[in-house]
Amino acid sequence: MSLLQLENLSVTFGNFRAVDNISYKVEEGEVLGIVGESGSGKSVSSLAIMGLIDFPGNVTADKLTFEGQDLQTMPEKQRRKLTGSDIAMIFQDPMTSLNPCFTVGYQIIEALKTHQGGSKKELKTRAIELLTQVGIPAPESRLDNYPHQLSGGMSQRVMIAMAIACNPRLLVADEPTTALDVTIQAQIIDLLIELQREKQMGLVLITHDLALVAEVAHRVIVMYAGQIVESGPASEVFRSPKHPYTQALLASLPESAAGKARLEALPGVVPGQYDRPQGCLLSPRCPYATDHCRQVEPDNQGPIERQVKCHTPLNSEGRPAA
Amino acid sequence: MFQFIFRRLSLVIPTFIGITLLTFTLIHMIPGDPIEVMAGEHGVSAERHAELAAQLGLDQPLYVQYFDYVNGILHGDLGNSLVTHEPVMKEFLTLFPATVELSICAAIFAILIGLPAGIFAAVKRGTIFDHSVMTFSLTGYSMPIFWWALLLMLVFSVTLGWTPVSGRIDVVYWIDNTTGFMLIDSWLSGEKGAFSSAVSHLILPSIVLGTIPMAVIARMTRSSMLEVLNEDYIRTARAKGIAPWRVIVIHALRNALIPVITVIGLQVGTLLSGAILTETVFAWPGIGKWLIESISRRDYPVVQGGILIVATIIIIVNLLVDIAYGVVNPRIRHSR
Repeated sequence: MSLLQLENLSVTFGNFRAVDNISYKVEEGEVLGIVGESGSGKSVSSLAIMGLIDFPGNVTADKLTFEGQDLQTMPEKQRRKLTGSDIAMIFQDPMTSLNPCFTVGYQIIEALKTHQGGSKKELKTRAIELLTQVGIPAPESRLDNYPHQLSGGMSQRVMIAMAIACNPRLLVADEPTTALDVTIQAQIIDLLIELQREKQMGLVLITHDLALVAEVAHRVIVMYAGQIVESGPASEVFRSPKHPYTQALLASLPESAAGKARLEALPGVVPGQYDRPQGCLLSPRCPYATDHCRQVEPDNQGPIERQVKCHTPLNSEGRPAA
Repeated sequence: MFQFIFRRLSLVIPTFIGITLLTFTLIHMIPGDPIEVMAGEHGVSAERHAELAAQLGLDQPLYVQYFDYVNGILHGDLGNSLVTHEPVMKEFLTLFPATVELSICAAIFAILIGLPAGIFAAVKRGTIFDHSVMTFSLTGYSMPIFWWALLLMLVFSVTLGWTPVSGRIDVVYWIDNTTGFMLIDSWLSGEKGAFSSAVSHLILPSIVLGTIPMAVIARMTRSSMLEVLNEDYIRTARAKGIAPWRVIVIHALRNALIPVITVIGLQVGTLLSGAILTETVFAWPGIGKWLIESISRRDYPVVQGGILIVATIIIIVNLLVDIAYGVVNPRIRHSR
C-alpha cells in the first residue's frame, strides 16, 4: 500500500483549474521531487493534500488516500489528527511562517501538545531534543526566543523541528530553500534528507532547483500549468527527457549553457485563467508543436512508472519521435 | 520590558510641558483684561487695579507667570472657578467619577460587541453576516450622537418606559458619595432598588456613547483579522492540525489585536475626556457637561484647568496603550 496516493486530483478556483487531474503516489521512504515554473500548481496541489485549500477553492479527486485511509470522506476532526502528525508540511518563507507573537518553544510545544500530549516538563524536554536534532546550537536558550530574533536559516530549522515533532510518515516540503541564502540552502537540504533517511519518511520535495532534484529525488514529476507533463525515475527523466517542457527546463540550467553567451529560455509564460490555449497547454511555447498539438489535448503515454503527456514524445536524441 | 516602559515614560515629560505652554498661551491670547472682567460693569480705580494685579501676579513678566502656573500645577493647584470660587481640581475630582463610570460602561459595551462582531465578520467574510456587521457599523459610525440619543430615549424611555430618561439614579434615593461611582455607592448603600436604578440609568447613555467606538472597533478588528488570516503563519498553524477556533483565537487574534488596541486606546481616551454630547443630552453630571457649562459662563480657570486635565488623561491613556502594545507585540518590546 502506498503512503500517499492521488488519482485525478483537481483544484479549481471558480472557472480556473489551478491543478488539473494530477495523479501520483508516494511510497514509504521515497523522495518525490516536483518541479515546474511558478504558477504550475505545485504548491496548490500540496496544500490540497494537507486540506488547506479554502473557499472559493474546490478540491476534487477520484482518489486521495493516506496509508489507505480516504482523506476526502474522513470527518474533519479525524483529518486534523493526521495533519501535523502523520502528514506534515514546511513552507517556502520561514521568516513569515512562524507566528511573530509566540516564542519558538511555544510553537513547537503546541504541535506536540495537540497530537501527543504529556506533562509540561516532558514537552519541554522533547522540544529541546527536536531543536538539537535540527542542529540548533544552545537549544535550551532558543526556546524563549521570538521568531524575529532568528535568522532565516534558523527559522527554517525551527519549522522543520515543528514538522517532524510528531514523527510524520510523510513530509511535504514546499520550496524549503527558495527564501534562503545559497550557503544555507545546502545545509537545510542536507538536514531534510538526513532526517528523511533516518526516519524513513516519504518526502515530497517541491522546488525550482532541478540540480537538487536530480541529486536527492528517487522519482520526479514535472508540472506545467496545473498538469503533470512528465514523470519517472529522476535519473531517467533528467538523462533523457521525453517532454519538450522538461527538455526546455534542463536547457535553461546554467550548466547546459557552458560556453554560450546567453542562457536558453522558453519564450512566453505559463498560461493563466484567461489565456489557456486549446489542445496541448504547452503548444504556444513548444518548439515542436504541430497543428494537431494545437487542437487536441494529448493523453498520458507510456507505462505508469514513466509517463509523458505529449503527442510526440522526444527520443533519446532529444527530437520528436514521430 | 522595564526599559521599554521607562523609555515611554520619559517621552511623557516633554509632551506635558508642551501642553502647559499651549494652554497658558491660549489663555493669554484671549482678548480683555482679567481684572476688568472680574470687576464687572463698575470698573476699578487705577490704584486698585495695580493692587489686584500685584496680588494676582499679573504685573510679573510672562515667563515668571508661566513658571508660577507650572509650579501651581505641580502642586495640584489649578486655580479657582470664577463662578463657584471652588478649586478647579476639587470640582474636577467630584465630577470625574461620573464620567469614568459612564466611559467604562460604554467601552465595555463597545468592546464586547465590536470585537466579536469584527472577528466573525472577518472569518465569515463575504457572507450575509459580514455585510450586515459592516452596514450596521457604518450606520453607527455616521449617526449623529445627539439624534441617536434622542431616538433611543424616545423609544425606550418614553414609548416603552423601560429605562429612565436622564440622571444617574432615581430621585427617591439619597446615596452617600463614598467613591463617586454610582454603581458602587448604590450597592454599598444597601437601599433596596438603588443599585438596579443606577444600572438602568446607565444603559442608554452607555449604548449611545459606545456606539461610535463599537463601530470603529468592529471595522478595525475585521480589517486587521482579514489581513492576519492571510499570513503564512496562519497556514502553518493550520498545517499543525490545530482546531480552527484555536487558530483564530490564539494565532490570528493575538496578531490582529495590535492595531485594534491602538484604536481602543484612542477611543477610551476620547470617552474619558468628556463625552460632551452624551452627558448633555442625558443630564449626566460628568466633566463633559462641566466643561460645556464653564465655557458658556466664561469661567476661564475652569476651561484652562479642564483642558489641561483632559489632555493629561489622553497622555496617560496613550502611555498605557504603548505599554499594552509592548505586552502584545514582542517585536516592539525588544526594539531599542
